[in-house]
Amino acid sequence: MKFHKLIIVALKSIARNKMRSLLTMLGVIIGVGSVITMVALGEGSQKDIENDVVSLGTNLLMVRPGSIKSGGVRGGAGSRPSLSMKDVSRLKQSATLLRWVSAEVRANGQVIAGNNNWNTTITGVAPEYLSIRNYQIATGSFFTHRDCKTRAKVAVLGKTVADELFPNESPVGARLRIRNVPFMVIGVLAEKGQSSMGNDQDDIILAPDSTVLFRLSNGKFVNDISASAVSSEQMDAAKAELTALLRSEHRLTAKDEDDFGVRDQTEIIEIATQVTGTLTLLLSSVAGVSLLVGGIGIMNIMLVSVTERTREIGIRLAIGARPFDILAQFLVEAAILSLFGGLIGILSGLGAAWAVGMLLGVSAVINPTVVLIAVLFTSGVGVSFGFYPARKAANLNPIEALRYE
Amino acid sequence: MRSEQICLSQVKKIFSIGENKVEALGGVSLSIYSGEFIAVMGSSGSGKSTLMNILGCLDIPTSGNYSLEGLAVEDLNRTELADLRNTKLGFVFQGFNLLPRTTALENVELPMSYDRHCRIANPRKSSIEALRHVGLENRLNHEPNQLSGGQQQRVAIARALVTEPAIILADEPTGNLDSHTTLEILELFQRLNREGLTLVMVTHETEVAEYATRLVELRDGRLLKDEAVLTPRNAEEDLKRVAS
Ligand SMILES: Nc1ncnc2c1ncn2[C@@H]1O[C@H](COP(=O)(O)OP(=O)(O)OP(=O)(O)O)[C@@H](O)[C@H]1O
Ligand SMILES: [Mg+2]
Repeated sequence: MKFHKLIIVALKSIARNKMRSLLTMLGVIIGVGSVITMVALGEGSQKDIENDVVSLGTNLLMVRPGSIKSGGVRGGAGSRPSLSMKDVSRLKQSATLLRWVSAEVRANGQVIAGNNNWNTTITGVAPEYLSIRNYQIATGSFFTHRDCKTRAKVAVLGKTVADELFPNESPVGARLRIRNVPFMVIGVLAEKGQSSMGNDQDDIILAPDSTVLFRLSNGKFVNDISASAVSSEQMDAAKAELTALLRSEHRLTAKDEDDFGVRDQTEIIEIATQVTGTLTLLLSSVAGVSLLVGGIGIMNIMLVSVTERTREIGIRLAIGARPFDILAQFLVEAAILSLFGGLIGILSGLGAAWAVGMLLGVSAVINPTVVLIAVLFTSGVGVSFGFYPARKAANLNPIEALRYE
Repeated sequence: MRSEQICLSQVKKIFSIGENKVEALGGVSLSIYSGEFIAVMGSSGSGKSTLMNILGCLDIPTSGNYSLEGLAVEDLNRTELADLRNTKLGFVFQGFNLLPRTTALENVELPMSYDRHCRIANPRKSSIEALRHVGLENRLNHEPNQLSGGQQQRVAIARALVTEPAIILADEPTGNLDSHTTLEILELFQRLNREGLTLVMVTHETEVAEYATRLVELRDGRLLKDEAVLTPRNAEEDLKRVAS
């Protein structure tokens, strides 16, 4: 029998049992729909995190004290203070592949301005920090190298801090006290918003590194060093140069391990997306199982259909249908059922991904490959689960089929 | 001149239902020559349908040989048997066996959709022609449940005719028809027979058998009688007589 006739016969039989066909397809619809939704949301949130990390800075290299490879009895990364302002100066002087370098000295504390107070982190940085981390000044100005040298008590506020402490007035030129040390506000940073991991990137105060180091911190160690490589192609070379410079500065011999760790953005992205990746995989496999259940549903209905249509099969065989014609007829019917289900599933999956994405504030990324795989997979499900009932129909003896009541 | 088209030798068909064995055919040998019009008679349960099913390649003998136009049927596989049914044989069943919820025209077209060689150039046109042959040209789009028993029988005959088979096997084709329609069908059969078609027809009625050229009678799965009808009746003339 010609292929287009097979399709017409299959469509007629599907249309004859609309409700049953719909229920059969439901399993596939739910399966495909949830796979599409999960993958779209998973990839979307991954993309969100990537964008966040990229917005952390350009060609960013982050140095943390202590070994990154935590093991044995040593504490984790950052547990051992080992970075100092001397390291920062060495990098600034000698590194050829680093465009900007800045220390990060952090202190936590209560900040008071007039009647308002707010608990936040004060980060001491160099003026280059603005470029390294892609911050913009909204109003006022940023501090200079001179301010750093003179340990000037000036501060630049993030949007959240500015709103909390100065709800009704412009903060620029105002005074505030951080752990009883008086500071003058000279600028406010442009809003960066929430990161995809949920922390408020505007809840910060920036001040000159030396000021924070000597007035608010221990005066010896810095928490991190942020640097920016000259170009993205030179990231690895810059990382190697930075490592070599710090090792020589720390007088480490060849058999000593690094007492600091360097991470670039790719690694940060990897770590951040590991969790969402695992979650996506888990949810997708749950969705995959429902696809399998949908396939079994198709097999079930096809078996019922073969039994119900035994006489019809007998008639077709008697007037000269080859067993292969019968096999093809039922396979095409199963494939059409699952393909229809798959298409509806894709549409509803895309819709659901979009709706849930809107609701949770996650972007949904539609991956054409995944859609294609879903389509191929569903037709595969239809054909493979339709095969057993179809073969059963094709192997019927014409006379027995005709006698079937 | 006439060639042997069908040759059955010592054909047995035994049905086993659990322990019980029913011998439906107990060694039937029969030669059918092309251009014959054979009436098969016998009481109910004598094995007529069983014989027809074997002749129609729908069932295979338990033992014995069946050769159809020189082909040993027992050596063919399911696909080859299907092709044989499709191209060489036309079968009219005792119980019509039309596809339900499918129009008369589509039912008649069905065998041609399984013909790989597209022997019939224009299936639609041939189907309408076949339905006109059996007097149903104004019932083309009726479904089986909208047709009377006799009309369904005639759709089944049209379906058997349309592929231009060499042999038509009809299991009580006139069982559900009134005497006038019976005559019309017999007239059609005789006309096709004169054009060279071989016909094997099961009937209960001696009157109907009188239109054939040869009469075969079965009893308990064995041949009881096999004789030529010396002066077959002419359905065309009988029709005219009824009309006048
Ligand atoms: N599939 C089957 N299984 C078991 N027994 C069968 C089967 N088909 C036929 N028989 C038996 O074979 C015998 C012959 O049956 P068959 O149908 O050939 O009779 P028939 O001559 O066509 O009768 P009728 O005139 O009533 O149609 C009967 O005894 C019947 O019970
Ligand atoms: Mg019978």
